Amino acid sequence: MSEEKKYVLQVKDLHTTFVTDSGEVQAVNGVSFNLEPGKILGIVGESGSGKSVTAYSIMQILAENGRVTSGEVLYNGEDITKWSKKQMTGFRGKCCSIIFQDPMTSLNPVFTIGNQLEEAIRLHTGKSKKEAKERAVEMLKLVGVNEPAKRVKQYPFELSGGMRQRVMIAMALACEPDILIADEPTTALDVTIQAQILELMQELQHKLGMAIIIVTHDLGVIADMCDEIIVMYGGRVCERGTADDIFYEPAHEYTKGLLRSIPTAGNTHERLQPIGGTPINLLNMPEGCAFCTRCDNAMKICLTQVPEELQVGEHHRASCWMNVKQAMEEAAK
Amino acid sequence: MNDEKTLRRSPLSLQVDLSKFSSADFEPASEEEKSQQEVMSESVTFFRDGMRRLRKNPLAMASVVVLVLILLTIIIAPMIVPYGYDEIITVNGRRDKTAANMAPFTWSQMEQQYIDDGGSLFPHIFGTDSTGRDYFIRVIYGARVSLSVGLFASILVLIIGMLYGSIAGYFGGKVDLVMMRIVDIIYSLPDMLMVILLSVVLKEVLGTALQGTVLDKLGSNMVAMFVVFGLLYWVGMARLIRGQILTIKENEYVLAAKCLGAPSSRIIRQHVLPNCLSVIIITTALQIPSAIFTESYLSFLGLGVSAPMPSLGSLANEARQGLQSYPYKLMFPALAICLIVLALNLLGDGLRDAFDPKLKR
Amino acid sequence: MSNEYLVEVKNLKQYFPVRNSKGKLVPLKAVDDVSFAIKPGETLGLVGESGCGKTTVGRSLLRLYKPTAGEIWFDGQLVTDKNMHEHRKEMQMVFQDPYSSLDPRMTVEDIIGEPLDIHKLCKNKAERRERVLELMKTVGLNAEQATRYPHEFSGGQRQRIGIARALAVNPRFIVCDEPVSALDVSIQAQVVNMFEDLQQQLGMAYLFIAHDLLVVHHMSDRIAVMYLGKIMEVADSDSVINHPIHPYTESLLSAVPIPDPKIARTRQRIVLEGDVPSPMNMPQGCPFRTRCRYATEQCAAECPTLTDRGNGHFVACWNR
Repeated sequence: MSEEKKYVLQVKDLHTTFVTDSGEVQAVNGVSFNLEPGKILGIVGESGSGKSVTAYSIMQILAENGRVTSGEVLYNGEDITKWSKKQMTGFRGKCCSIIFQDPMTSLNPVFTIGNQLEEAIRLHTGKSKKEAKERAVEMLKLVGVNEPAKRVKQYPFELSGGMRQRVMIAMALACEPDILIADEPTTALDVTIQAQILELMQELQHKLGMAIIIVTHDLGVIADMCDEIIVMYGGRVCERGTADDIFYEPAHEYTKGLLRSIPTAGNTHERLQPIGGTPINLLNMPEGCAFCTRCDNAMKICLTQVPEELQVGEHHRASCWMNVKQAMEEAAK
Repeated sequence: MNDEKTLRRSPLSLQVDLSKFSSADFEPASEEEKSQQEVMSESVTFFRDGMRRLRKNPLAMASVVVLVLILLTIIIAPMIVPYGYDEIITVNGRRDKTAANMAPFTWSQMEQQYIDDGGSLFPHIFGTDSTGRDYFIRVIYGARVSLSVGLFASILVLIIGMLYGSIAGYFGGKVDLVMMRIVDIIYSLPDMLMVILLSVVLKEVLGTALQGTVLDKLGSNMVAMFVVFGLLYWVGMARLIRGQILTIKENEYVLAAKCLGAPSSRIIRQHVLPNCLSVIIITTALQIPSAIFTESYLSFLGLGVSAPMPSLGSLANEARQGLQSYPYKLMFPALAICLIVLALNLLGDGLRDAFDPKLKR
Repeated sequence: MSNEYLVEVKNLKQYFPVRNSKGKLVPLKAVDDVSFAIKPGETLGLVGESGCGKTTVGRSLLRLYKPTAGEIWFDGQLVTDKNMHEHRKEMQMVFQDPYSSLDPRMTVEDIIGEPLDIHKLCKNKAERRERVLELMKTVGLNAEQATRYPHEFSGGQRQRIGIARALAVNPRFIVCDEPVSALDVSIQAQVVNMFEDLQQQLGMAYLFIAHDLLVVHHMSDRIAVMYLGKIMEVADSDSVINHPIHPYTESLLSAVPIPDPKIARTRQRIVLEGDVPSPMNMPQGCPFRTRCRYATEQCAAECPTLTDRGNGHFVACWNR
């Protein structure tokens, strides 16, 4: 199997910029990753880290002032950034689907659930109306909506947030895409509903075997369900590896700081150790590592040069000058 | 365990070309060095930010230039031009009967003679009207009247609409319900009919009371128009402001102010009104041209200012009679209306885009 | 003895009239018979899912809504409409949304100075400015930022401004309504720490409302769990988190995402079936019975009240 064929999706050195009133903003700054079929990839980062923009760049659904300036997105080896608008319409939904954070606004309030599901199905498969209707009910059943035959006749406002997110998932999976991108799928939901939706996504992944990209700011959400986790900060990838790598042997100062700062069952009676400073201003990025201004261990080189990615474990790579420092010390021995 | 880890990965030292770096690179950076990387952007107030955006809008800036030119002209021109708007041209104290309906930049026989005798006269830039008055100065005065009517009518609408809308919006509930039903009733009244009725009634009522005041020159029709604006046209503004306030009221900073013990009057003054200011300014800017239009329209129908005071609409109406022979007489006031209304509309749009991007369609 | 508690809430009810699908006015029971008490310098955490009425409790407590029924006692004094203005100097609130809780047209100085103006706490401008700068220093903001507008700050800094505003009147009690949930993970810890530091310095009591159990556990001395307008369980925070009794608390805890893959993989999740019932259409009896594993006929017939299970651990459940 050739290198290209092995991955269902490859992102190579993706750069995305937005033109704003106050200047050009480099939202994604050289992101690369590979996604194997049937795997779950988690992208974690805080607001402004470029995690959602990365997802939108893949789908080519950026806001009007945003543009992918360079880099490749290979879907089964083909560069889709060069595809026409028409090809992309076919790509979205059929090859790759996305579900959004807010299930309230991503459904059209004036059509019934059934209408919207059928439309999504017929758009890509050319099924007849009757077949589409059956498929819609089948999909709703699959995502665990009770009384699906009754639900298809209901309007979005008649459903709760969790139900709506299920409908969104049904819609995204209706045409059996190879990739499902979930952009903060549970952020707007309550914890008990969040647990249901996460469980559902894992279950569907087992059943249907698509690859999933979960974009989230919540480390807890992806702790137990991802094959690989990418930590992003300031439009760049800080660190990537398995959940165990990221949580137990973090190799980037940002990841380390993040893990120290969150309250867990273990540190209840201790003081939290926050990351200092304020979040990055994308209009005014440091020359070197994006995290250098907030990093406790920042070195002179961090301020001036962007660190390169080093292999720190079998599947574990990180871009932090601390690792190079460690290498210097190793070499000195 | 530790050995296993080192075996699993290729040593870090082999992955990078370490000769590129010196150990000085890896000294801790000082807080000062770190903070140099982080500069808080220059403080921009909301107003300055909006002005910056406005300056970038070429159409709005062109409108500003046009409006400034028009304003300067209508202020300065009457000081330079030696004719009055209601003054029939006289030469050497004698009424010049031949001076009626002259084309732009021409002289009547008497004037020509006067010039030939060595006197100097100010040219009739737009010619003269049918009774021998300088047309340029009439158009200038017409624009003055139209603009001030537009401005004052809008201010009137603004004051009434703002008070009404903010009370209804802020207190909500039953107060809002009753106040908005009144607005609905007023909305359903035909405004033109009201103007015509009021001007007839007011002529009777005010007939003598106005004599000797400034308003006398404008005439009871004009007063009627202001009354109608005051009575009818504020409803749109009131609705808009009420809607704005309803959304602003939901913001947590209003709740925070309540929590601090701020009385309602303070909350409206300090929090609610300043936050709908941009909408108020924009709507007022867009209200002026619509008021000018209404004034011109009414004057054209003969319901506007009383003669001899001109307005752009009544000038256009007068020009109708000699349209075949003197088409330019209609052109000048019509062009003036177009320029003023267009410039104000474009400026209003520009203001809206600059100060309240959300309102953009 | 009456002063053992700083704040006492007794049988607080807050109903809102809403129209149901048939257009009839029905009461929406946002808060239904809630009682609790907070000691001076103590933090009571209030957790629950969205729509459970936890925010409403905080707002009714500060009379931002007029409570339908119930009493609020502050420092041994019954709070009424008449003396509320005075009490506003003692009880303050920090809001959830750092973006909408600060007036965008006011400078930081004016925002923090507003309570000083309202309660006429400063004699002149110089004194007001001095006090504002002192407050800004307390919450970790620079003096030169006083003339800036809120939109120039990040979420965490804005939340600091909101805290400084609440502190301006020297309150003894602060309602913190989800103060960190809108912030980035890396900033949350800064704000949580600041709340803790301020409590140590100034000895205030907090009602800390949040949906994030881990943060609440970290912050609070005691925790109250709410579901559909009622308190289900109250106890000191370690007991609630480590030895929950109420089935709702149990499932809530098991649903919390834990940022630790080993624990996350091995633990048994109790995934609750179904959704929270609409508060307009509440089930008879115990509000949780429609999703409860242990529900019996008794649960449908009668609503359980909070009973002491030892060591001040109160639970409202028939079966546990």
